Amino acid sequence: MSAHEIEIILSRQLADCLTVPVFIVDPEGTLLFYNEPAEQILGKRFQDTGEMRVEDWNNLFSPHDKYGNTIPLADLPLVSTINSHEPAHKTFWIKNMEGKSFKISVTSIPIIGRSKEFAGALAIFWDNNLKL
Amino acid sequence: MRIKLHGTRGAYPTSSKETRKLGGNTSCIEIIEENERLILDAGTGILNIAFDSYNNSDRIDILLTHLHMDHIQGLGFFKPIFDPKKEIHIWGPGGSSYPLKDRLNRFLSPPLFPLMLRDIPSKLFIHELPNEPFKLGKFLITSKFVCHPGPTVGFRIQVGSKSVTYIPDHEPMLRNAHLFEDDNWISGFDLCDNADLLIHDSQYSSEEYESKVGWGHCSIEIAAELSERAKAKRLVMFHHDPEQTDKDRSRIFKKFMSSHNYDFPIELAVQGHEIEV
Repeated sequence: MSAHEIEIILSRQLADCLTVPVFIVDPEGTLLFYNEPAEQILGKRFQDTGEMRVEDWNNLFSPHDKYGNTIPLADLPLVSTINSHEPAHKTFWIKNMEGKSFKISVTSIPIIGRSKEFAGALAIFWDNNLKL
Repeated sequence: MRIKLHGTRGAYPTSSKETRKLGGNTSCIEIIEENERLILDAGTGILNIAFDSYNNSDRIDILLTHLHMDHIQGLGFFKPIFDPKKEIHIWGPGGSSYPLKDRLNRFLSPPLFPLMLRDIPSKLFIHELPNEPFKLGKFLITSKFVCHPGPTVGFRIQVGSKSVTYIPDHEPMLRNAHLFEDDNWISGFDLCDNADLLIHDSQYSSEEYESKVGWGHCSIEIAAELSERAKAKRLVMFHHDPEQTDKDRSRIFKKFMSSHNYDFPIELAVQGHEIEV
């Protein structure tokens, strides 16, 4: 397996230093890395799961609107960014490990580095009830 | 391949007696295969190259890892650049909002340099490095962006089954004392993978590095760890801190070697040395 693009590696180094949950995916949507705060959301440790396909990690969140309707995969910011190579933002609800819904805002950005090629995307999940 | 180390010092050239053994010239190495040559970086070490000694080709290829001054300082002063018969090809990283030519022109023009780039007598060709491996004569060249401020690449040069990797300026991990556990998360790993010779940044001791995080360089510990992880067969520690005397460097190196046990040769880069792979 060849090494990731430098922009992906640097994104992980940044994510490692942040206290907000960060997810990094490749151009196919495979979850390459999530940091410790993101582990709290997924309820799984990165070192236990390793990489995950887009369908698998999305199921862990159960994303839904305020009425409880499931949000289609393609409407999620990270998936939108993978498809469009453009930034995306959305506020919606996900379920925590106990099955309780809580409101989050997700901002995703495309990672396009010096080679000018789309290397993947990075998303920050913001818990709307969080007070830092 | 023969590899000549013409400049091993980082940041700025030194001329004191205390740095004479490892050398005071800034980054430049020459890779020779039969009667063909490549020059990697154009620090002041380039001034030591005997351009007509065994190769009388009018074409000279210079590959730049990046445009920090210690890697281009010799560019305006080596003799072939003033020879109208010479065809000089300069290869360097793209990835900036400004073309490579414009970025080089900032140095090779007044007030930093007496001539404009366009007035240089030799025939000058400036190429941005492709994202794919490419060939120059017998040499197969792969460049990859690595962790260092500004667009910076490392090189892997192959001839047949032999390979040399050159990453003179590299900070593969910011702050952490060790590399990530997975190889595919390591900056520059593909370039180093199973290299016969790895010439790598090792500017600091681990203690010094703690106050230089983000400066773009790494400790000798990280350089050795990268070399081991990539199964490089020999490591040459490069880009000596100009503030360190030969005695300082040797002391730090000996202390490191006495507390680590690697199964491949590790040495400090010495200006003027020639290595064969």
